[in-house]
Amino acid sequence: MEAVSRPVTAELPIGSDADLSRVRQRVRQAATDLGFGLAQQTKVVTAASELARNTLVHGGGGLMEMTSLDDGHRRGLRLSFVDHGPGIRDVELALTDGYTSGGGLGLGLGGARRLMQHFTIDTTPGQGTTVTVEAWEQGVPTARRGTP
Amino acid sequence: MTEQDTATRETAAQLVEAFLKQRREQIAQRWADAPLFRTVFTVSRDEAVEACKGVVDALAEVLAGGRPEDITAPEFATVREQLGHVAASRARGGATPAQIADDVAALRPPVTELLRAEFADPSGVQAGEAVLLLSVVMGTLRLVVMETALSAGEELMERQRQQLLEVATPVIQLWDGIVAVPLIGTLDSARSQVVMESLLEAIVDQRAAYAILDITGVPMVDSLVAQHLLKTVAAARLMGAECIVSGIRPAIAQTIVHLGIDLGTVVTRSSLADALAYALARQGIAIPAPSASRVSPS
Ligand SMILES: Nc1ncnc2c1ncn2[C@@H]1O[C@H](COP(=O)(O)OP(=O)(O)OP(=O)(O)O)[C@@H](O)[C@H]1O
Ligand SMILES: [Mg+2]
Repeated sequence: MEAVSRPVTAELPIGSDADLSRVRQRVRQAATDLGFGLAQQTKVVTAASELARNTLVHGGGGLMEMTSLDDGHRRGLRLSFVDHGPGIRDVELALTDGYTSGGGLGLGLGGARRLMQHFTIDTTPGQGTTVTVEAWEQGVPTARRGTP
Repeated sequence: MTEQDTATRETAAQLVEAFLKQRREQIAQRWADAPLFRTVFTVSRDEAVEACKGVVDALAEVLAGGRPEDITAPEFATVREQLGHVAASRARGGATPAQIADDVAALRPPVTELLRAEFADPSGVQAGEAVLLLSVVMGTLRLVVMETALSAGEELMERQRQQLLEVATPVIQLWDGIVAVPLIGTLDSARSQVVMESLLEAIVDQRAAYAILDITGVPMVDSLVAQHLLKTVAAARLMGAECIVSGIRPAIAQTIVHLGIDLGTVVTRSSLADALAYALARQGIAIPAPSASRVSPS
């Protein structure tokens, strides 16, 4: 299923702690506008917070691109976190829970993958990292056949 | 740009540079009375004159450096520092960056006037070139000051934020030996540092055995926030107090689980009231649970 994406709706810089809180606010707003429920809003904002912080702390800063999606049935949100930092040499290791090259808990990357519905990492050592995630409207659960 | 233009420009740069060096005193005397300096150096005019001379010298250096339109030119470094103080002081006095920019713009006419007076033919080509170059470098100066003023404004905001943090982190004594902090907003590193310090202080001052961290007002718990919470809990433990985290809302409980954060060793309660009841019970003070109180005891 190919998602039909509208043009990028926003591009936010990630260069400071203040930028991180702007990112969280904008993502929260976008998720609310798309009609995401509270649980999903919280997941998306939390994942964005993790990835934006990685962009800042490990990638040395960069930006987030936010795109709203619509596949004809559901609406979604795509977030790309782009930096031109050192890149990730061993992606599997980086995704391992508890692995950190700094003083973190080492849960951000793996956690963001579990919180979102799509997760891709595009990274080249010495060139930078782009992490792209997507969240889709959970939709009203369709009534099961046979249920009274 | 043709070779001819380059040559003219170089000559103009040399001319203006020489002019700034020669007329340093006069320029500084005129600038000292401009609002930018007059409002800042209120105690002594001599100080203002000295500051102005510093700016004149820096401008001369910028021209010698050959990049009059570049706000990153290294020769602006000294002005940046000089005018940084001036701009910061103006900002503290309530001036907006736009007003400060206007103040800097007001420095141009007096120096332009002095420059024109140097020429036998003040409306000739050579004078025109020199005045143009002076305008360019003064325009760049204005941008440099704007930039400095803006970052001074940011510093001011940062200071106010810091103060707000402190008042927004009240540690409440709920009972003898039981303190609580209701956290509101995102727990960033700066804030969690303040929270930890005030909580530990309160634990000591009140000889508290229980500390409740209520996160009802925290919109999101990511791995950094969790780490801050865990550190606070560990520090309280070292002080001999048990920490209880209350107010974890369902949406946040879910994300904590997805992130894989282990709060296993931390006592959690869904509300502040439940956390208080827990702490009281541990101290041997029994209070009826809210739901049980509606049932008349037999
Ligand atoms: N954008 C990035 N550029 C370079 N390295 C990265 C990037 N993102 C993650 N990494 C690497 O992957 C590791 C794991 O990231 P993860 O977010 O899981 O943990 P962390 O950031 O160290 O700690 P935290 O749990 O606080 O997020 C990092 O320690 C870092 O080495
Ligand atoms: Mg991280």
